Amino acid sequence: MTDIRIITANEAAAVAASLCGVQVIAAYPITPQTPVTEALAGMVESGELKAEYLTVESEHSAMASVIAASQVGARVFTATSANGLLYMHEMLHWAAGSRVPVVMACVNRGVGAPWTILNDQQDSISQRDTGWIQLYCRNSQEVTDTVIQAYRIAEHVNVPVMVCYDGFVLSHASTPVDIPDREDVDRYLPRWAGVPGISLDSCMNVNPLILSEPRQFPDGDLMPGYMDLRYRLQEDLVAALETIETADREFESLFGRSWGGLLWEYRMEDAEHALVSMGSLASESTLAADDMRRQGLRVGVIGVRAYRPFPAGRLVSALASVKTVTVFEKDISYGYGGAVAMDLKAALFDTELRPRFSSFVAGLGGRDVTPEQLVRAATAAITEEPVHGWIDVRGR
Amino acid sequence: MATKAARELPSQELILPGTRSCAACGLMLTYRHALKALDEGKTIVAVPASCMTVLHGVYPITPVKVICINNPFAATGASVSGIVAGLKAVGKEGYTVVAFAGDGGTYDIGIQSLSGALERGTNFIYVCYDNEGYMNTGTQRSSASPAGAITTTTPVLAKLQHKKDMIGIVEAHRIPYIATASPAFPLDLYDKFVTAKSISGSRYMEVHAPCPPGWGFPNKDLIKMGKLAVDSGIHVLYEIRDGKFSLTSRSLRLAEKGRKKSVADYVVGQTRFRKISDEQVRRLQEFCDERWEELVKRHNKDNG
Ligand SMILES: Cc1ncc(C[n+]2csc(CCOP(=O)(O)OP(=O)(O)O)c2C)c(N)n1
Ligand code: SF4
Repeated sequence: MTDIRIITANEAAAVAASLCGVQVIAAYPITPQTPVTEALAGMVESGELKAEYLTVESEHSAMASVIAASQVGARVFTATSANGLLYMHEMLHWAAGSRVPVVMACVNRGVGAPWTILNDQQDSISQRDTGWIQLYCRNSQEVTDTVIQAYRIAEHVNVPVMVCYDGFVLSHASTPVDIPDREDVDRYLPRWAGVPGISLDSCMNVNPLILSEPRQFPDGDLMPGYMDLRYRLQEDLVAALETIETADREFESLFGRSWGGLLWEYRMEDAEHALVSMGSLASESTLAADDMRRQGLRVGVIGVRAYRPFPAGRLVSALASVKTVTVFEKDISYGYGGAVAMDLKAALFDTELRPRFSSFVAGLGGRDVTPEQLVRAATAAITEEPVHGWIDVRGR
Repeated sequence: MATKAARELPSQELILPGTRSCAACGLMLTYRHALKALDEGKTIVAVPASCMTVLHGVYPITPVKVICINNPFAATGASVSGIVAGLKAVGKEGYTVVAFAGDGGTYDIGIQSLSGALERGTNFIYVCYDNEGYMNTGTQRSSASPAGAITTTTPVLAKLQHKKDMIGIVEAHRIPYIATASPAFPLDLYDKFVTAKSISGSRYMEVHAPCPPGWGFPNKDLIKMGKLAVDSGIHVLYEIRDGKFSLTSRSLRLAEKGRKKSVADYVVGQTRFRKISDEQVRRLQEFCDERWEELVKRHNKDNG
């Protein structure tokens, strides 16, 4: 029997984590993530979910706790937003370096100062280089399914996964969600065997001091140095491109839903102009594309689902026959431009493709972005000069 | 039952020769005796950035025969919370989880996560080995450094403030067991680890760990310095069990005999006190005397 519930993306994330049978949860409250942690706390206290719930005293501690719990073999979950995510920064690197399959929901919110509790994606984009896999969702159903996929991916490559979705826009908006069947989830997600290399029965020094030069075991085996371990992390992140695709394909065969793996396309078959974005802004771009098509421009949309690892290959093939590319994003690398735009330009430069390229920063700190604004910006970029600009900046 | 002689200590050595600590390191001696009280194969040690990280060796070799999980500097209390929760969640029983952090990792950067772990009643032993400074980074001042000590960040005036009352802070969490110890009194130290291991809930131990390069005394004087610290009341040996305070070992005998050495006897052998003025020595003496009076009074009240 199907179980359809009208829930927010926050509730969806909590339900999905529970379906995955998480064993240790540690979290610290921050808007707009709070309902995720409250929902899970309720499930644990009522006995519906058999897990240890740590009400830690900071996000740094939340991440430290789930890393350590994962190191002793537990499946773990946490969630945060904005300044909470920034507060974890040291621990995010530590998680990826420890090669633990932590899964975290990042409910995207702008970062202070000045304070805002509203949405943009500056928080997770600022953690781009920590070695985490980042997946961006466009609705509550995708959040549910992506949390489940995230464990599959994380436990396969031993790299932590951040499931990102837009604060308020998704986190607090109720929509129907088809809740996966627990037995199907169990089939999709076999019990995790624990971090390889960590055994509670033999003495070992986990994450010790390491030198740059490889050193030998007493038996003569040459072990990696610091840089060699880092190289493996990079290789495994790149290999995760395939894992993310497979996880989504297998999910589809069991649950009948695919989210495109690394990215999704909308009306791209005959498109001459591509709008590229992430999360809910990418969904909104589909409305803009429809509108522009009505005006005679052949426009399609590419939603980037995996931002790290960056699906450069799939993006360039999806863009192989377009004349223009316009990126909309809710983040900026200050002093240059939007992160997605920069990465995408770099990916294109490795090919012969030279579409006219424009990019826009939009919707920071919850500033409303309308499809009309997207249409106006993209139409100008396509029909006039390519630009790198911001949408709807006001005041003095 | 108190251990009476060194030969009664277990012969098990969970630290093999070849650690990376300095010669005559008070931490090393502390760790060696502490591990004698813990079980091989059933102990998990959590360690933040510190001399302890270095002691544990450089990948892929470690001289220590227990599982050690290294964690970032500020994260020790949270890391053990995760270990304890994780073990429970996966049904692994019978492990003793022990954190070993320096004074910097305890009094300063780690105080928040430590407080969180204690407040939640996490089932573990927290050991602060107090070498009175950030030794791993080159003897900088911590809030555990004593007044009058030269450190590399108090190089001219020497430290102006007294040591922070960390145990007072820990006690405010109302945990079942708190103890102080010194590697110069290994039997007392060993017994306290045995006691700590037998109790469940959060347990806190603070071990005064003399450090020859950081404090400036010859290696041969390690034990002498540890003893002088206790004899002068700079460091007092006691335990607090469910709120009941008892002086132990040498500190108990000092209280009974009423004879303590002077702080001047303690500071004279350490180059870190080379700039200490008579006035500062007097104030340090006053500080120690006041605390000593309080502790003796408390001992008499609780053991009266
Ligand atoms: C966040 C962070 N800040 C600073 C450091 C650098 N650091 C490493 S060890 C250390 C000093 C440790 O002092 P303490 O805790 O007293 O232990 P000890 O070295 O004396 O054994 C410092 C400052 C670090 N590793 N992480
Ligand atoms: S610096 Fe001091 S505490 Fe650190 S290893 Fe050397 S003697 Fe031990």
